[in-house]
Amino acid sequence: MASTDTATGTLERHGLSDDQLRAIFRNMLLQRQLDNRGFQLNRQGKVPFALGSEGHEALQAGAAMAFNRGSDILAPYYRDLGLCLGIGLTAYEIMLSIFARAPDHNGGRQFPNHYSSKAAGLMSFSSILAAHLPHAVGAAYAIKYRGEKGRAVLATCGDGTTSEGEWHETMNFAAVHKLPFVMLVENNEWAISTPLEKQMAEPQIWKRAAGYGMPGRRFNGFDPIATFAAVKEAMDRAREGGGPTLIEGTCYRYLAHSTDDNDMTYRTREVVMERRKQDPVPAFEALLVEHGVLTAQDVAQMRKDVLRDTNEATDAAEAQPYPTPADLYLHVHEGAWQPWQS
Amino acid sequence: MAVVSANTTVMNNVEAVRATLYDALKSDERVCILGEDVGARGNVFLITKDFVGEFGERRIIDTPIAEASIVGIAVGMAMEGLRPVAEIQFADFIYPSFNQIVGEAAKIRYRSNGEYTCPMVIRTPYGGGVRGALSHSVSIEALFYHVPGLKIVAPSFPADVKGLLNTAIDDPDPVMFLEHKKTYRLIKGEVPNGHYTIPLGKANVLKEGTQLSVVSYGLYVHWALEAARQLEGEGISVEVIDLRSIRPMDKTAILQSVEKTRKLLIIHEDNKFGGIGAEISAMVAEEALFHLDAPIRRLCGPDVPAMGYALPLEEEFMSSPAEMADAMREMVKF
Ligand SMILES: Cc1ncc(C[n+]2csc(CCOP(=O)(O)OP(=O)(O)O)c2C)c(N)n1
Ligand SMILES: [Mg+2]
Repeated sequence: MASTDTATGTLERHGLSDDQLRAIFRNMLLQRQLDNRGFQLNRQGKVPFALGSEGHEALQAGAAMAFNRGSDILAPYYRDLGLCLGIGLTAYEIMLSIFARAPDHNGGRQFPNHYSSKAAGLMSFSSILAAHLPHAVGAAYAIKYRGEKGRAVLATCGDGTTSEGEWHETMNFAAVHKLPFVMLVENNEWAISTPLEKQMAEPQIWKRAAGYGMPGRRFNGFDPIATFAAVKEAMDRAREGGGPTLIEGTCYRYLAHSTDDNDMTYRTREVVMERRKQDPVPAFEALLVEHGVLTAQDVAQMRKDVLRDTNEATDAAEAQPYPTPADLYLHVHEGAWQPWQS
Repeated sequence: MAVVSANTTVMNNVEAVRATLYDALKSDERVCILGEDVGARGNVFLITKDFVGEFGERRIIDTPIAEASIVGIAVGMAMEGLRPVAEIQFADFIYPSFNQIVGEAAKIRYRSNGEYTCPMVIRTPYGGGVRGALSHSVSIEALFYHVPGLKIVAPSFPADVKGLLNTAIDDPDPVMFLEHKKTYRLIKGEVPNGHYTIPLGKANVLKEGTQLSVVSYGLYVHWALEAARQLEGEGISVEVIDLRSIRPMDKTAILQSVEKTRKLLIIHEDNKFGGIGAEISAMVAEEALFHLDAPIRRLCGPDVPAMGYALPLEEEFMSSPAEMADAMREMVKF
């Protein structure tokens, strides 16, 4: 892992404290546990749909550490379980959306993983790829408009989404107006069944930054510390009025796209198993144990805690009521509203 | 027309839009305008002329030529507490932003269960009769009036422009504000001074009559009124209703009129199939069929992709006041 200084053998922690490193690892464990729970519940027939982020844990847990709660804004996409946990969503909130229960932020209207929480500074995401990105620069414009210092917007999307026109429009506008905006691309090499080479001729997405007139950079998204460093550098620049940055984290999608996808129709188990050797969760565990940030005992305890939290969140969310049929009619507009005025 | 006090100013529709935007920018720091050529050029119809000098580039934003993000950025601004007025230079160019209007703006409040709101206005000039050719003449209202979560306004008179634009800017949800290009300088009228609003979903009975109800909006309201006034001389009494607001639409005004005159003619420039007239016809058939003494009739644009640039192609597409008068006579005779 890139985070060990090969000359001295010490951990390159980029200012992260032991507590922060432990929090990153815990987030990674919780992501994986919640992911598994979603898929289990789907196989048990309890929920119609689930979507996992395995392979993105390090990238998201690291990126979340560079987010300032209470001031920054996050415009995530559906793969961002760990980012959303890392900026303050709870396992319970995640399970509410998986079960589509009434207290869910979206009131059970949207698919799971369509994160939204005004309180957490988390902008609403629809299923429409790249459509959230103009919203993110609009929010960044609002920050600049009001002259608010020290705030920035972090937006994310997958590699495939960078083919959309709105992705381009977003980057261009952010650059023209030097907005406090960071575009984080999570490059997992797949867009459902379409591999990167069919998505773009130049696979290094970060290189596009030059064309927009903003800095760009690529980092190893299997390394949470390297991710933190890259995202923090970009967010700090944005917060200080230095304008937007395009950053690309490389990772891999270990699971099928969702519970509705069978990835064995377009890639082999062998290829996935080969990439599993880089799995960031055991790798980061080994790194932290090696450097004495965690003991094997600590790790065992953390795994227990995360399982307990997941179980409790599952039970608590499942016990909540569904939205009622009457809820279908709420929030079309402010107040009661009909297309025919009488 | 809205109540006109002694204290009024005569304006055309361009001036009414401009004056209303100006007042909004003056009185509410959250209001900003974004669109193509709205800055130094002052919009292609000069609606925002000199605004950038007074309010600055921060609030009057010349955007890149990118309609999806003009709307999308306004959505983000609105979610973050601003009150953006996004401009699509011509309604014909709104298609790239369809996704942002229908898939995003209209659904922000709903999909976030009320946590987020999207108070924004999308202004755009539409309509023909100005030699605008295939792609500077279209009507777009029927493409959007199907969409829950959107409100659509299409005023015809300067006083309504002001009252309804004020309402649209104040509205807590997204509003499309459609301005008929041909009425921009053609139509002048008295506009009350000072701030006032007109509620959405309230039609205006422009002329009372007893033998036929004509429902219209936009440029055709003026031509229908002209035709109806001409028929007065022939002893034919036609009631003319200006919808002003397309979604929500004023059911009460339409039904009250139809129940009185027992005949309904709907006139619009947009093509007939699936147009605004289809919904009005269905509503009247559902609610007032037994009040009718004649089949409902729609006088609308033909079902071709658009009006052509050559004058005969434009004229063939548009209905004239004379054609409107003919349709009215036939209906009354029925
Ligand atoms: C506009 C739009 N087109 C297509 C889809 C269907 N779709 C959902 S996810 C996806 C793949 C996206 O891939 P990528 O951006 O790489 O993200 P990843 O899922 O790999 O994290 C597609 C095609 C969609 N949701 N929205
Ligand atoms: Mg991908």
